[in-house]
Amino acid sequence: MNLTIKYFGMLAEVTQCQEEVFAFSQERISDLLKALYMKYPELEEKEFQVAQNNQIVTTDNRIDHSEIALLPPFAGG
Amino acid sequence: MKERKIKNAFREGPISSEFIGDSIAKHQSKTSIGAHNIFLGQVRADEIDGKTVKAIQYSAYEDMANEKFHEIREAAFEKFNLTCMHIYHSLGEVQKGEICMFIFVSSPRRKEVFKAIEFLVNEVKAKVPIFGKEVFEDATHQWKVNT
Repeated sequence: MNLTIKYFGMLAEVTQCQEEVFAFSQERISDLLKALYMKYPELEEKEFQVAQNNQIVTTDNRIDHSEIALLPPFAGG
Repeated sequence: MKERKIKNAFREGPISSEFIGDSIAKHQSKTSIGAHNIFLGQVRADEIDGKTVKAIQYSAYEDMANEKFHEIREAAFEKFNLTCMHIYHSLGEVQKGEICMFIFVSSPRRKEVFKAIEFLVNEVKAKVPIFGKEVFEDATHQWKVNT
């Protein structure tokens, strides 16, 4: 499956892109994070949450949406 | 309760005092209202390690953020007796001293608006995926984190 991964704020500085298409066939968010840490080792040091279908998910969640967003700490207001 | 549609809470750049004033004026026709309350978030010139913040550049995961704003609005309408409610947040660059967030609640009576505004501000800060790049006078930057 082709996933679109979105990166925001300081995470986009690490990946040098705001989004990318990532070919991925495993089932869980934790598997995806492992793959992303391989590609971007610096990402593992960063604090972030993962959103799927506009909801925060845990690393145990299954990937069931083609858009996954990595969200650094919020700073609204 | 009637379904409210998801609105776009974002405005490009700072929120002007004209925009805020116009929003207040638009409520003169809603005569069941007896109390408004307004929260304005302003960009603070924080000093960090001897450097001063000049502006904040805001970005957001806009789809999710607007959905979260919608959920927060719905929760506030459930919890408090409100006639209406408006939430606006800036995207892009907002200079120190300029307004980056405007929350406006109205009710027949005052007690509700005081409680509602605090609830709304806390919820927005905790749940809406908005990111802030604090740009210093010397053009270096750091990423803001809500505490």
